[in-house]
Amino acid sequence: MSDNRVTVAKTYKLYVGGAFPRSESGRSYQVTDHKGGFLANAAQASRKDARDAVSAARKAFPGWSGATAYNRGQVLYRVAELMEGRREQFVAEVAGAEGVAIKRAQSIVDAAIDRWVWYAGWTDKIATVLGAANPVAGPYFCFTVPEPTGVVAVLAPQDSSLLGLVSVLAPVIATGSTCVVVSSQERPLPAITLSEVLATSDVPGGVVNMLTGRTTELAPWLASHADVNALDLTGSPDSLRADLERAASGTVKRVLRAGGDQDWARQPDIGRLRAYLEAKTVWHPMGV
Amino acid sequence: MDKVWDYAPAPESRDIANLKPSYRMFVDGQFVEGSGEPLKSINPGTEEVLAEVSTASGADVDKAVKAARRAYDRVWGKMPGAERAKYIFRIARLMQERGRELAVLESLDNGKPIKESRDVDVPTAASHFFYHAGWADKLGYAGLGPDPRPLGVAGQVIPWNFPLLMAAWKIAPALACGNTVVLKPAETTPLTALVLAEICQQADLPPGVVNILPGAGDVGAAVVNHPDVNKVAFTGSTEVGKIIQSSLAGTGKKLTLELGGKAANIVFDDAPLDQAVEGIVNGIFFNQGHVCCAGSRLLVQESIAEELLEKLRYRVSTLRVGDPLDKNTDIGAINSAEQLARIRELTEAGDAEGADRWTSSCPLPDKGFYFAPTVFSNVHQAMRIVREEIFGPVLSVLTFRTPDEAVAKANNTPYGLSAGIWTDKGSRILWMAQRLRAGVVWANTFNRFDPTAPFGGYQESGFGREGGRAGLEGYLNV
Repeated sequence: MSDNRVTVAKTYKLYVGGAFPRSESGRSYQVTDHKGGFLANAAQASRKDARDAVSAARKAFPGWSGATAYNRGQVLYRVAELMEGRREQFVAEVAGAEGVAIKRAQSIVDAAIDRWVWYAGWTDKIATVLGAANPVAGPYFCFTVPEPTGVVAVLAPQDSSLLGLVSVLAPVIATGSTCVVVSSQERPLPAITLSEVLATSDVPGGVVNMLTGRTTELAPWLASHADVNALDLTGSPDSLRADLERAASGTVKRVLRAGGDQDWARQPDIGRLRAYLEAKTVWHPMGV
Repeated sequence: MDKVWDYAPAPESRDIANLKPSYRMFVDGQFVEGSGEPLKSINPGTEEVLAEVSTASGADVDKAVKAARRAYDRVWGKMPGAERAKYIFRIARLMQERGRELAVLESLDNGKPIKESRDVDVPTAASHFFYHAGWADKLGYAGLGPDPRPLGVAGQVIPWNFPLLMAAWKIAPALACGNTVVLKPAETTPLTALVLAEICQQADLPPGVVNILPGAGDVGAAVVNHPDVNKVAFTGSTEVGKIIQSSLAGTGKKLTLELGGKAANIVFDDAPLDQAVEGIVNGIFFNQGHVCCAGSRLLVQESIAEELLEKLRYRVSTLRVGDPLDKNTDIGAINSAEQLARIRELTEAGDAEGADRWTSSCPLPDKGFYFAPTVFSNVHQAMRIVREEIFGPVLSVLTFRTPDEAVAKANNTPYGLSAGIWTDKGSRILWMAQRLRAGVVWANTFNRFDPTAPFGGYQESGFGREGGRAGLEGYLNV
């Protein structure tokens, strides 16, 4: 192989319903590294793309929420396996996107892989921790189980392009919800590469839908969309938060008001799992 | 219909209610005159004025929130849980002691049959305090983290359908978790909440820990929008819930909402029909159908629809509608003229859209707000009587052929509060329960409530739970 071989550059596209379409709007925007150097043209998703993504997520919900917790755990673990195989690519992209040294990028990617493993282990334990057998005062067997909320719109952190993204995405799908994620606006490339990992792991198409583009353009459509059940504001600009909450009230969405400036390397608790769970209480009579 | 039994009147004495000519709001441990326009609480069973009740102005709301903040900062927020618990246990006991008085007063003010206020509302309200009292010093075991902290001042707004019970659902967990409370009872049913305030005095609860502010929606809005309120809990219509969620946007206040419903009550062909009929009746006619989780959409498997409907109509025709204080009354008064008008408007929409209306021929009292139990058949899913919450004694009957179809129809609603399943097959119960998008699923029973069992909705029926370990989360900083 000659030293001056021309490399094959990747086209970064959206990830919707298990496929990689360009934006239906035909728009794209330049993504640069921290020094301003050109990295790629990312698709600039539109309102229509967001709606297609919500449809895909809704369509995937019955299958994914109906899968066994053991199955979901293995699928999440498989994501970690495949990320491990692409570790060098992620390191390069995180270094490019976040402007960090290779060593730091390596530790970020390692933490992101480990986060999948952590959440993979939660899938078949969360019901034990949050569920209950209720000792009601009557002849009934009464139990409460956590169930996934449905379709979640996630505004991924703007700074932490991979570890932050995985930290907000994995807890959504761990419990059976499906999602539409708006990636970091200026650092979208690791999100698309992660989508390629999801597409080739066993995550069914539509469970995760990844949009790149302008957060301020896409977020209001998702916040007001009647078929979205919950909204994660993590990556929202402060100026938009109250407006998005107001839009979300139109269909009584669950809103996670987390801020974007978090230490993503820290071990999470189960707060993000709880945020997208409903409690269902079932009463069954006892008798002969 | 052949008369199977004659009932002589068996009225409970209204003297037991200790009704007073006037009631005042409760702020900082004292009953004080509010500076809002006083309201007259009406007995919906007779349309007579029961009492005059002072209401809160914006300045009164501010005073109450300040009192609650003081009580939180100086006393309640730092009191050891074991001590808080004893106050809450006391309240439970005092409610039991004054149970009969509370039940009669509730039926007078709300219009619900005395047998329901006596056997359901009041004992369940007391049990909520008893249950939550025990949590006060055990919150670290709730699985919400090692050191759950209270939030501060809780602003709570409750509806008129279960006035005392809803006050208990709101106040008991708030106090157990170390919060103080400003609660606004519904405009048409403020009386039992004010007796509960008296009970708080008798329990020697520190001043300001519980404040009760009667008034209309504007008082509720002032409570939830007060800048020094940390947590808002609302039970009521989805319409108002959306307004509250919207008005709280960007404030960071913690919010739980328990909103409307349009529950499906699903009867399979193998269900014990007589038992199912009782459950259907309980599901929709309990508390005049003024129940957010009422089984207002009956889904019957096609093969038994005719037989079931015949049995159901016969059973409904035996329900006695009338004097809420009569111990034989099955269905009492509609809570207000406004609500009666809304029920009439929606049932007329059912007529206009072509549904078949059947109404019980039971006699109705001459005075008071009453609506005869009504069953609509030949309905389809686009009709308003199937889509909208009627909040009255009106049932819509749909049919299905397969379990999948039953699930699809049951879930075809923006609500998601409750659902019922009637079948003899246990595996089918669990299969259905898993697929119904509702917060509470009753199998071969309906409208059961218990403080240990979390209650709350999916989707536009709200978020957050009340009762059980899950109910604590809404009142803790975790």
